[in-house]
Amino acid sequence: MIRTSAPLDERGLDWIVGGIEEAIVLSSRVRVARNLQGFPFPGRAGADERSEVLERVRTAAEHADSLRSACIWEVDSLDRVDREILVERHLISRDLLGDGSSPSRGALILADETSCGVMVNEEDHLRLQALVGGLELDAAWRQVDRLDEELGTLLPLAYHHQFGYLTACPTNVGTGLRASVLIHIPGLVLTKEISKVLEGISQVGLTYRGLYGEGSEVIGNFFQISNQTTLGKTEEDLIDHLARVTGKVIEYERSARSVLLREAPAVLEDKVWRAYGILRTARSLALEEMMNLLSGVRLGVSLKLLKSPRVETLNEILVRGQVAHLEREAGGRMNEHEADVCRASFVRDKLASDERAASESGRAAGSSDTTVADGPPSGGG
Amino acid sequence: MLCDDCGNDEAEVHVTSIEGEVMSTVHLCASCSAERGLAAESAVGEAPNKPPLLDFLGQLGSTSPAASAAGASEPCPFCGITASDFRSAGRVGCSQCYVHFESQLSGLLRRIHGSAHHSGKVYISETSDISDRLGQLSSMRRRLKRAIETEDFETAAKLRDRIHEIEVQA
Repeated sequence: MIRTSAPLDERGLDWIVGGIEEAIVLSSRVRVARNLQGFPFPGRAGADERSEVLERVRTAAEHADSLRSACIWEVDSLDRVDREILVERHLISRDLLGDGSSPSRGALILADETSCGVMVNEEDHLRLQALVGGLELDAAWRQVDRLDEELGTLLPLAYHHQFGYLTACPTNVGTGLRASVLIHIPGLVLTKEISKVLEGISQVGLTYRGLYGEGSEVIGNFFQISNQTTLGKTEEDLIDHLARVTGKVIEYERSARSVLLREAPAVLEDKVWRAYGILRTARSLALEEMMNLLSGVRLGVSLKLLKSPRVETLNEILVRGQVAHLEREAGGRMNEHEADVCRASFVRDKLASDERAASESGRAAGSSDTTVADGPPSGGG
Repeated sequence: MLCDDCGNDEAEVHVTSIEGEVMSTVHLCASCSAERGLAAESAVGEAPNKPPLLDFLGQLGSTSPAASAAGASEPCPFCGITASDFRSAGRVGCSQCYVHFESQLSGLLRRIHGSAHHSGKVYISETSDISDRLGQLSSMRRRLKRAIETEDFETAAKLRDRIHEIEVQA
């Protein structure tokens, strides 16, 4: 039975705990676009048609094993903060919210224990998706493939013998598959090798964008790399190709980090410690500033220049430091200044808590190490 | 240099593609390149998904014999989308648009994706023919092999049973 409008709580955040190559790859995502036969695509459909599509998908989802105990959230009946929270968690796109002129009939159906689910009535009737921590494209694909098989037997899908699965935008037709990794590559940025790497990525049929998807600016040295084409190759080929290229990028990033450690250790350490110091003590933090500083700290943790925080905490800050999450936590709407103050306090608390945990575990292990590699900063909290 | 496709005419379009670490170049004459949906002005290394879309939009609005023969100037009979709707939105309106605008879309898809033929998972419906069913079997065998390689035995068992079922029906 699919539950309606359950609290969002921790849903869709299971990727935060990390996974393979978590120091460099934050998450892996796979989505496939599908449409129902006999209905115009959502952008061309009326509210009644979109309602009927939603009902059909909901009924099918009731019988899909992958969505057992799933929840459904209809965006038209969600409050503003919950909608934004779903966008901030990358579970829905801003496009799903519609333009507000008529009911969007958009919805998210999300499995109980994973971030596998279906976005209904976005650009296509269905967007099946899975989000997994670390470099785990294959695991994400398996979840999506299974759900696709289940829903494909329950719903008549739009398919063309030559073009494959049909989609509203010709750039998605065929497999309908978009696989992506969210990768943190400050070494390549600092050594100025990044443009060469990005050029290489573009030449092998992949594309890159910022943390918030299409058209977004690159901040905090976080890049999303994904396949550009969807037709003419098998799903497995597309995923393997992305995984192989990501492996190469990780290799280049590691070698850039080695160069930095060898050639400019003092500069690198200073950058990492300054980032940590500001995050640990600041009283007001803008989102972009936080993202950039998190990048420095993440690099420091990965190079073992810092003993805390954990990668999981950094991932959590990345999500919960966004404005809708802060508003939900505080229980009210905030202006920009209030959000910056609230964000700084949230980040200080998170880092302090990890410092304490690292210090306790250091003592328990009989080590005389301090909470961080070179002495903890004072103050904050 | 003669065209790689027909071998008769002089090649005017040279397309270099990089697949993994292998670089290959094809040389085509004007008519074979048009057949593959490649325009003479498309440069090597050009971002593949923007100019072709614009070219396609241009074709939709044109009155060339090829475009009118394919009915591209008529709206889609199912969703009513016209060339100008497509031009402004960059999206088709329904699955029937792919049949209505098939010949133009073939060229466009080739230019966006480097291919106009799906080779991934095959969806089987009541209207599927024998080649769809064979395609489905080969796709399922490929996925079975992968499931075994990645030790995903639950999926492998399901696929094996499903393949067996289809083979018995055939």
